[in-house]
Amino acid sequence: MTVKNRLTATCAAAALAAACLAAGTASAADLVISNWAGYMAPDIADTFKAATGLEIEVVNHATNEEVMGKLMASGGKGYDVVFVSSPFAEILNGQGLAEPIDKAAVPNLANLYPEAATLAYDPGNTFSVPYTWGTTGLCYRSDLVKDTPDSWLNLLQPADAIKGKTTMLATDRWLMAAGELAKGFSVNEKDPAKLEEVKNLLIEAKKTLLAYDDTTFYSKLVSGEASLVHAWDGWCNYGITENKDIKFVVPKEGSDLWIDTIVVLKSSEKKDAAMKFINFILDAKNHAWAAQNILYKVPNKAAMESLDKALSEQYPNMAMAPADLVKYELLRDLGTAQKDYSRIVSEIKAAN
Amino acid sequence: MSLNATRPNLLAAPGVAWLVAFMVVPCLLVLSYAFFQRGVWGGVEYTVTLENFARVADPLYAKIFLNSARIALTATVIAILIAYPAAYAISRAPRMSQPILLFFAVLPFWSNYLIRTYAWIVLLNREGLINNLLRSLGYTGEPLSMLYTESAVITGLVYNYLPFVILAIYSTLSRLNPELMEASRDLGAGPVRTFLRVTLPLTLPGVAAGGVFVFVLSIGNFVTPALLGGGRFQMVGNLVYDQFLTANDWPFGAALGAALILTMIVLLLLQARATAHASGERKGEAAQ
Repeated sequence: MTVKNRLTATCAAAALAAACLAAGTASAADLVISNWAGYMAPDIADTFKAATGLEIEVVNHATNEEVMGKLMASGGKGYDVVFVSSPFAEILNGQGLAEPIDKAAVPNLANLYPEAATLAYDPGNTFSVPYTWGTTGLCYRSDLVKDTPDSWLNLLQPADAIKGKTTMLATDRWLMAAGELAKGFSVNEKDPAKLEEVKNLLIEAKKTLLAYDDTTFYSKLVSGEASLVHAWDGWCNYGITENKDIKFVVPKEGSDLWIDTIVVLKSSEKKDAAMKFINFILDAKNHAWAAQNILYKVPNKAAMESLDKALSEQYPNMAMAPADLVKYELLRDLGTAQKDYSRIVSEIKAAN
Repeated sequence: MSLNATRPNLLAAPGVAWLVAFMVVPCLLVLSYAFFQRGVWGGVEYTVTLENFARVADPLYAKIFLNSARIALTATVIAILIAYPAAYAISRAPRMSQPILLFFAVLPFWSNYLIRTYAWIVLLNREGLINNLLRSLGYTGEPLSMLYTESAVITGLVYNYLPFVILAIYSTLSRLNPELMEASRDLGAGPVRTFLRVTLPLTLPGVAAGGVFVFVLSIGNFVTPALLGGGRFQMVGNLVYDQFLTANDWPFGAALGAALILTMIVLLLLQARATAHASGERKGEAAQ
């Protein structure tokens, strides 16, 4: 082998490797969708293919922040459709990464409750479509907690009997919201003096906590390790499934209104297919799957009306009327104040 | 160049290439992020700044660093106190049974780190095995709160890293020349004095190697404090994790990571120097 030949061989090998790498990143599917694990029907790829002939590839993200990090780094490339909570949909739109929803291609938008089409972060569903919505409140064992809790202070300043038996959500927006609501502030508060008060209240509350827990709080109620936990309504329902003494209450000071949305990315080359996918999800039967299986309320009138009455008897919070739901304050994107929230949460977690 | 000289280089090439591609390059990337500004919505803005390093020194984060160091140091001391007698016992066991005893010492590594950590949750929680056992033995008071405490975090760290320390100390103990101990006895030293004046000093390099290992792995750990501390104890590892995955402040996370790596490198260098020093001394003694 001459030197030149060897060089050619090396180059050929390198080119082959590069080609393989490139092939590895390009997906054969028509649509790449990022969603939380278990947040859609497991057979969605098959049913969607049967309905439209299009292939989808579902990838999972564990948190909003995780998928946002990737989208920001790549300018949205690599994904066609993402499921994110509303403040993050707002950011995607603000950054020019969200594609306007093509109303003509999504006739099933008509299935949404009128309240779901006038949400403050995106009136008229111009760049996002709500997928699920709900409240954050207190989930408790009615057989272990003496008086029915009705205030955020039942969690933040618990009675002696349940000290060390409460958990709080650790995700910054919800952790802060518990303190903000207890103080009567907005869940999007930016005033440093008010945030300082919230921080001090939450540091005091930390001393009475069993743990911060975003994922297994309902099983702690089921096992009896905890008696009262800070919970999203749908997740409390998972506890209710296993123990009927578990109940959910929205405290009298109120709740945040959280909404998980579907966004199509501007960088997508398959926008028509993406709109078809949204239309498919908004179909009453497909959207009802989320309500029946993840036990979250869905903003789809046709889907909610198709549900078995037994479901809302077993899980009373499923029956909350949209008009009541939208009275609560939406979590909004905080802009630069997000940095202050991150720091305060670090201070709370580092406090003894 | 002779064949003999090139061969070692060639043999080392795959290992070196691996280290450069998956260790040196990512570390440099992380370090380079630390000099830029965070994007408001995550990601990195390529404006050069030293602000991230200044923030690492902020009392809030410095406190988390010191607290992590304290937890890691406690775990290290406990691990050494448990591992030394165990390693000593193994090295004094009959030659035939030593490999079997060592096998048992590293047996936990056969299962996944997370599973082993979850096992502690099953043991320690308020409705867990220990509390249930106490109850069945007639204990009627409030169940013990053992999980989600600093002790639980330290227990988890000690448990997970103990085998490394046993192996490190065993390796120095087993290489110890028994004639040195015999000489010490012959010259009139009792067993305690022999241990303190001969055995212990000669095995300190193993103790240091095992100790630095536990400390370095503990101070950067984020899984154990998250699972066994219930998120109530923030360690540097958790702080770095939060910057990358929830606060979306990559540059600050990178600066924290760089500070952590620097701490580890300094400790490893000190340990390497101590070991070199000890073996140099020994060579010197042998020459005399």
